[in-house]
Amino acid sequence: MKSYSTALNIKRLFIYILMIFLGLLAVLPIYLMLVNATRTNAQINEGISLMPGGNAMFNWKTLTNRQFQIQQGFFNSLFISLSTTILSVYFSAMTAYGLHVYKFKGRNFLWGLILLVMMIPPALGFIGFYQFVAQLRLLDSYIPIIIPSIAAAATVLFLRQYLSAILSFDLLDAARIDGAGEFRTFNTIILPIITPAIATQCIFTFVGSWNNFFTPFVLISSTKKYTLPMLVQMLRGDIYRTEYGAIYLGIAVSIVPIIIFYSVMSRYIISGLTMGSVKE
Amino acid sequence: MKQKTIGNETRVNRWGYFFVLPFVIVYFAFQFYPTIYTLALAFTNSKGFTGLSGNYKFVGGVNFLRLVTDKYFWGAVENTFIMWGWNFIPQLGVALILSIWLSDSRLKLKGRGFFRAVIYMPNLLTTASVALLFRSLFGYPLGPVNQFLQSLGFFAEVTREDGSVVQEAFNFFRYVSASRGIVAFIQWWMWYGHTVIMLMAGITSINESLFESALVDGANSRQTTWYITLPLLRPMMLFILVTSMIGGMQMLDIPFLLTDMRGGPDFRIRTTIVYMYNMAFQGVNDYAYAAAICIGVFVIIFALALIIFFGMQDRSELKRARAAKLAGRIAK
Repeated sequence: MKSYSTALNIKRLFIYILMIFLGLLAVLPIYLMLVNATRTNAQINEGISLMPGGNAMFNWKTLTNRQFQIQQGFFNSLFISLSTTILSVYFSAMTAYGLHVYKFKGRNFLWGLILLVMMIPPALGFIGFYQFVAQLRLLDSYIPIIIPSIAAAATVLFLRQYLSAILSFDLLDAARIDGAGEFRTFNTIILPIITPAIATQCIFTFVGSWNNFFTPFVLISSTKKYTLPMLVQMLRGDIYRTEYGAIYLGIAVSIVPIIIFYSVMSRYIISGLTMGSVKE
Repeated sequence: MKQKTIGNETRVNRWGYFFVLPFVIVYFAFQFYPTIYTLALAFTNSKGFTGLSGNYKFVGGVNFLRLVTDKYFWGAVENTFIMWGWNFIPQLGVALILSIWLSDSRLKLKGRGFFRAVIYMPNLLTTASVALLFRSLFGYPLGPVNQFLQSLGFFAEVTREDGSVVQEAFNFFRYVSASRGIVAFIQWWMWYGHTVIMLMAGITSINESLFESALVDGANSRQTTWYITLPLLRPMMLFILVTSMIGGMQMLDIPFLLTDMRGGPDFRIRTTIVYMYNMAFQGVNDYAYAAAICIGVFVIIFALALIIFFGMQDRSELKRARAAKLAGRIAK
């Protein structure tokens, strides 16, 4: 019996070492980025350091001096992500509720369509999407970035599963008898009771929109409207070739808000990941 | 009285249309119509911005003929597949081992939740920024990775024109295998934590009494893993395989931003979607051919998904055999 527990302890020790290694591997690139964002070019060229330097302000000036409007980009990204999140989640909840509660003609067809759309890779229609937007003369505008998120099949699927698990039709009947209109029932009774699912979907929609690089990169052309990932992408260019500290700082500006957000919400985010997919 | 209730019900049910209307309108405008448009465009010789409202001719399958004979397209397919494979196999392997260990009640590991939160974190980061970060970390000649390798005494040996051999830093992005390896590593780094969480959820959903009865029957942890956990995780693994494949075949941000936006070195990290971008938005603006590429990618994904499903179905025989074997062992 003793040798059994020794073997178990050795295995445990081995797993702990592996866990520490993998944990460091996840954090180290980001930590190096933060450290290098605060150091001078000379220090960065000298070698790796795990101690931050005192050059962050100078790097910030180098970064923002060259027509590089990172604050503007930050607020552009924030605006797009917030509007996308609100529209996408609200209308998805509406669609999910409509599909779940009302028995109308075409309901099963629409539900099948939503399941089908989940399988179709978004890249399929991209060229057509671009040309359609060009013909509407909506290139270089946020509308084709924000509005299409109203039709988010995955969010509808998730919210409908949640609704079917918790919604009781007696509640709706009670609301109807009390004379509440259908939209009012939805807004004042349904939305509050599905708040946990809505919050989860808000997080993932927001992060997805914040991280979206390609759609704005193709559609937006004026520098003033650039989103944060697009600006970060500009750091590849020649003007920053040797300004390593500024490059690291620029990357940090897009990553750090997500890390702060995640460190507060991680428990919630991780449980949200598997909320819809697995029946527990 | 009954008649009235039914009439009332239909009237209430009509509200359903209002609730789903925004979804339907936006879906048909921004997803369905563009998809049909892409299909139509792929059968024309339209060039430039005007699309189907400008001058074009229907040319039948010319673009698709070009696609199946285009060595750059198949090169891109090969690149995509290699980089996805080199990311997916270690991703599933490492995640399987970790998720089994983390949910093993005999090991009682501490800090599991924290560890899981840490390794999942890269998944939420902006992909474009991650690409730029790794571009800087693997930079030449003075990126941190090179500095680290040099401090350990590793140098690249470069033969100069006059025949002398000099030691210098690695220029990773000039080597095909190094560049592909870095792309695969970044994908692995960003996704294996996610896979761990999905697999652990799969393990949690396995009925606890199965593990208990195995324990009573004297099964050790290898047997429990092999005969209970792995077979019952199959649906979850299938789900992970399919979603990872669909995402991987559309890999874009990292190979696009890591080098020169054309999949350098020598177009060997150019994925199919990067190739589509190159065709449509850089230089020639050949939208019709880019549309054909989109459809080609879709067909490949669809075919792979079918292969995966049918390939996995045959295995059910194997599973039954395994269950019989287990029953035999327990009976012994």
